[in-house]
Order: sequence, then structure tokens, then C-alpha cells
Amino acid sequence: MGIEQKLGNMGVVTTSLEQMVNWTRTSSMWPMLFGLACCAIEMMSAQAAHFDMSRFGMELMRASPRQSDLMIVAGRVTRKMAPVLRRLYDQMPDPKWVISMGDCASCGGVFNNYAIVQGVDEIVPVDVYVAGCPPRPEALIHGIITLHEKVRGEKMKQWA
Amino acid sequence: MFETTEVTLDELKHLVSERALKGETVLLNMGPQHPSTHGVLRLLLELDGEVIINIIPDVGFLHTGIEKNMESKTYEKAAVMTDRLDYLNTTGNVLAYCLAIERLAELDVPPRAQAVRVIICELQRIASHLVWLGTHALDLAAMSVFLYCFREREAILDILEMCSGQRMMTTFFRPGGLWRDVPPDFEIAVRRFIRMFPPRIDQYHALLTKNPIFMDRTRNIGKISAEAAVDWGLSGPPLRGSGVAIDLRKTQPYSGYEQYDFDIPTGTHGDVYDRYLVRMEEMRQSLRIIQQALDKLPIGPVRSNNRKYVPPPRSELGTSMEAVIHHFKLWTEGFILPKGSVYSPVESPRGELGVYLESNGGPKPHRVHWRTPSFIHLQALPVMSRGHLVADLVGIIGSVDIVLGDADR
Amino acid sequence: MSEEHLRNTVKAIKERFEVQEAEMKYPIALLIPADKIVEVCRTLRDEFGFNFLADLTASDYWPETEPRMHAIYNLYSHSENDRIALRVPLNGDSLSLPTIESIFKAANWQERELWDMFGIHIEGHSDLRRILMPEDWVGHPLRKDYPLGYEEPQFSFNYDDIDKRKHKATYKEA
Repeated sequence: MGIEQKLGNMGVVTTSLEQMVNWTRTSSMWPMLFGLACCAIEMMSAQAAHFDMSRFGMELMRASPRQSDLMIVAGRVTRKMAPVLRRLYDQMPDPKWVISMGDCASCGGVFNNYAIVQGVDEIVPVDVYVAGCPPRPEALIHGIITLHEKVRGEKMKQWA
Repeated sequence: MFETTEVTLDELKHLVSERALKGETVLLNMGPQHPSTHGVLRLLLELDGEVIINIIPDVGFLHTGIEKNMESKTYEKAAVMTDRLDYLNTTGNVLAYCLAIERLAELDVPPRAQAVRVIICELQRIASHLVWLGTHALDLAAMSVFLYCFREREAILDILEMCSGQRMMTTFFRPGGLWRDVPPDFEIAVRRFIRMFPPRIDQYHALLTKNPIFMDRTRNIGKISAEAAVDWGLSGPPLRGSGVAIDLRKTQPYSGYEQYDFDIPTGTHGDVYDRYLVRMEEMRQSLRIIQQALDKLPIGPVRSNNRKYVPPPRSELGTSMEAVIHHFKLWTEGFILPKGSVYSPVESPRGELGVYLESNGGPKPHRVHWRTPSFIHLQALPVMSRGHLVADLVGIIGSVDIVLGDADR
Repeated sequence: MSEEHLRNTVKAIKERFEVQEAEMKYPIALLIPADKIVEVCRTLRDEFGFNFLADLTASDYWPETEPRMHAIYNLYSHSENDRIALRVPLNGDSLSLPTIESIFKAANWQERELWDMFGIHIEGHSDLRRILMPEDWVGHPLRKDYPLGYEEPQFSFNYDDIDKRKHKATYKEA
């Protein structure tokens, strides 16, 4: 339209605040290094050169929860580890999202016994569940893209 | 809902030295979530400045209760859980379990199955050493090696996926042989890998072995003498790095290893650098074994014919009544092992992986115990790291090559 | 070479300590009472060259009480390339073993695991705490009278009932 063209010639773009903020949030979401068990190896494979996660903005994995946005719970969570997981989730600053990677984190997986928490959603609220034992790196990337779409669709009143 | 009960200093008084109680030394928690502990391992470090006085490891953050869970499943179903113990050496775990069952039941394994088992286990050994090398170098700040190692690993995982459909948790070995025969592309893919890999090992050597920073960070660090190593129960590359040449593939061979010709690399000083060299050389020797096994690969069936343990192929079900009965018994109740117990060790990339299998004459195992090398090696970590700096500790943990799924089961 | 050494070892231990052979398919096992185990281990290490403790575990035979459990020691000789196993029967009312930490240092954590998983008290151990379970856990999981603790699977007929009982964490609290 006329005014958009005029503004474009001057180098000005109009958009809504929601779209802007959501776009920036998805473009550089830094995951926290929370690999527990076998799924961690597939997460490392997804980070490595063949299935590159850096092209989605996740250049590095931060070990410190204070500097990360996304917690990928990769692996089985035992009852001994559960309080640690919750504490780390609480230490992450807003906005934060959780991907539950693998069967053990989503629902307890193969292990249905005294030692494993049956699904990490008993401890932290989960945004995206990725199934697989372990999920292929492509499946993890699909889960991350699903999360990006979810974040792109967030409304202002949902922001923490 | 989940409350933490802190273990106070009173309960650990007997473990820390006098100086800690007076406040002269610092107790630092290297917590379960740490980039360099290779998993969920918690270490309580007692530090005098930066020098380590003592380490108290705290394991159990990945304790999955696999041993108890296997007691409630039939033998064939329990094999699925074995992959997930030492998740870098998945086929080795299944091999140990199947060897234990075959020894207890006196089940014959056809030679083709044995040769394919050897090839896949040696490929898995190379894959495990690649992850070790990548993460060890990453901890010592050589990040490019990590990316190269995972590139090689993709080739091996493609071969595993071609055979079984799964990259990591394959459960390709079953009691009596293999799940099914390898596809015709298997040999081509493995030969391509054998041709492609030796120059890559030279690349890693060029990056790390004579690198002054790497040598400074790994020479004379984490020494353990041969007698202490045997006393603390070390096996595998940590033991061979201290000079003791014991390798279960040579001393107590299984699955046809006696037919193949390979060397056992040993170190002399027992430090981190020697263990690194031992594992690099082991990768080359694994290639030798794979080459020989592939050249001698016999033709034949891939699973035993003993219908008491192995289900019949579907083509037989249409013609033979006994096949139908065996099929029914095996898929509903599972096979029954004779009463008795057996301890069956194999050589995993970490050390001696042993399965103690006890059967009470039923379809489910009475007791399965996994003698895992990482659990035993973690005991020796305080001995190896007294007097070193915290920065060296990262290299020592990497050189012991622990996998927490292995340690905690 | 090793067959003879193993046979001699078994014969010597049987005569010296008056013990019998136990039933084990591989390796050969001897049934040792709990009070003699330290002496037998020491003899095997010093005189017969079994210098490597490969495995130390236990097996529960509940509901039998005599013996309730067997502790199994697996030894390996590097020089002679032999394996031998020692089985120690433990009765239900006296589940305790002396420590062999002074002979094989590798027994440290394995005995702690016996205490944690089976409740076998190890006398003389330097640091008997729980190792795999959390510090405040009650019970010894690998005993046969300890339940597996599994969660009921959700089928379509009981899906909503179990869903109501399931705990879902929120942003604010676990």
C-alpha cells in the first residue's frame, strides 16, 4: 500500500509488538545443558555438524541456568534427581520453556519402577514432548521448530 | 512436593579431613548438573585453594532400577532394557546378556552370527571411543575435535540403522544369534568405513597428540600405579594405561575373538596421556579386527535352531505343528532357562562388563546383576586426583571415561 | 595350565577351611560361611594369585529364610587367568558380612551397594551409607519383598480416573 512503500523507502518497517518480541525470542533461544542419559548423546549429535542446531539459533548450550531460555530434559529423571531438576527450573529467568525429549522424560519410557519419575511433567510444566527412544536428531529439531511455532503464536497477555 | 533433605556436615565428618571442620579448606559441590562431569555425577571437593585434598563422589542420580525391573520381565523382553545401561556401548551390553543366557542354556551360536556380532561390537567400540575423544577434548578446550568425532560417528550409526532400524538402542543381538540377517549393503558400508577411517585417526593425532597445551594438561596428571589399579578393581583402558596387559578379548575370548589377530596397547605411566594413547590405538586395532572378520565372514544361518529358545520363522508355521507349539510357548510364556547361575564377562570400551545371571527355573530371571566398569572406576577417582588442581580434575574424569548409566544402572 | 591351577586351588581351599562346592555353572563356586570369608579371600589373594575382585553381589531368596540371601564374590586371577566364585549364605535374622576392604579396595562401593540394595550390614566398613538411592530412602529395593513400584498403565477405560490422580506441575511449584 502507499504508506508502506513510502516508509519502506525511508527504511522503516511496521509490525506488531507481539510479532517482534516472539521473533526475537525464537531466533536465539539458548538451551541449557541438561543431558541426563542416552538422549543426551542424540542431543549432542543434533548440536554437532551433521544435524546442526546452530542454524536455528541455538549456537551454544549454556551450562548455567541463569543464562538459558530453554531446558531440554534429555533422559530419565530419577527420584534422586527430581529436586535438582526443579531447583534448576526455578533458577532459570523468564521467559522459559521446557522440551521433554525422549520417552523417559515424557512418560517414564521403558522404565516403570520405583526409581524413575513417570514423566517429567510431574515436576516442571512441559511445552513440547518429543517421542522416541532416543528420538533421532531430526525429531528433536522438529520438536524445537514446533516450539518455535508455539512461541510465535504467543499473545501479549500470556507473557510472564 | 519434592523436598530436599540436606546431608549435614556431621554425617560426612568421617570423610573430610580435620582442616575442613576447622574451616581451613573449602567444601565445593560440583553438582549433578555440570558440563564436565559427563552425566549426572555429584562430586564434593575438598579444596585448599585450588588444590584438591579429597573428593567424595555421590552417585545414584541416574539409578534406574534396571536390575529389579529385569526380574519382572521374561528373558527376551528384558533384553530391551539392557541397551540403556551403558548407552554408548549399547550392543556390548546386549552381547554380555546374550552370552550369559547362552552359557547357562548351552545354546549354540552359528559362526556367521558370531562374526557379525564381533563386527558390530568393534564398530560400537570405535563409536564409544569417538564420543569419549570428543567430550574429553571438549573439556580440555579443543572444541573442533568434538565436531569431527561426531561426523565419524554418524557413519557408524548409519551402519547400525541399516541393520536394525535404530541408531542407538538396537537390541540387534538375541539369545541364539542375531535378530535377522544383515542386509547386502552392510558389507559395502563397512568396507567404505574401514577405508575412510584411518586417515581420520591420523587427523585426531595431528590435532592433539603433540599439542603442547594438551600434553601439559594431561602428562603426569591422574597417575595410578599398576598395583593400585588392580587393587581398586580397574579394568580396560585405565588398567592398560598403567601397564597391565589384560584384555578379556585375548585372555578369555568369547564370540570367536580367538580367530582374529590384534594387539593390546598398553601405557607405561598410568597418567591421563597414556590412557588417551591406549584408546586411540585401540581404535586402530578395532579396525584390524573388523577387516579380518569381514574377510572371513562365513555364510550360514544367523540364529540357533534350538526351538526351545528361538522362535521358528513364519514360513515354518504353516507346515509344522511343533513349530506352532514352540511359537505359542515362546511368545506367551517365554523360554525357561535351567536352574543355575553364571557370570559372563565381556570387554566393553570401559572395562570388564560382567553379567551375573541367576535363574530359578522360571521364565523370568531371578537375579541379573551387572558388574559395570564405571561404578568400580569411580571409586578410584579420589586416589587419582589428590594433590591436583580443579582444572586437572576435568581431564581425569574424562580419561576414566565414565558413563553414568553404566555406573548407576 | 589353568585347569590344574584351578583344581588345586579348589582342593586346597576345601581342605583347609572345610567348605563344600556350591552349585554354579560358571565359574566354579565354593560355599563359604560368613565368618570365614575374610580368611578365604586373603588366602586366595596371597597364595593362589587371585588378585582382582571382579564382582560382589547378592541374590535374595525370599520367602525362604535359611538361607535368605547369598552373597557372591567373584575373583579373577590375572597371572593364572582363572575365575573362582565364593557364595556366602546369609540367614534371614543375621544379614551381616565382614568387610574385605582391607584385602581388595575395590570392595568399598560394592559393599555399600549391598547395604543399600539388600540391607546386608557390613561390619567394619569405613563408610556405610546409601550409595544409589537418596540418603533418606526407606527400604532396600532389591529385596524380593520390596514392590516394583510401577505406575498403573492408562488404558482408555481408566484414562480419566488416573489423569485426575496424576500430579501435573505448574510454573509456580512442583
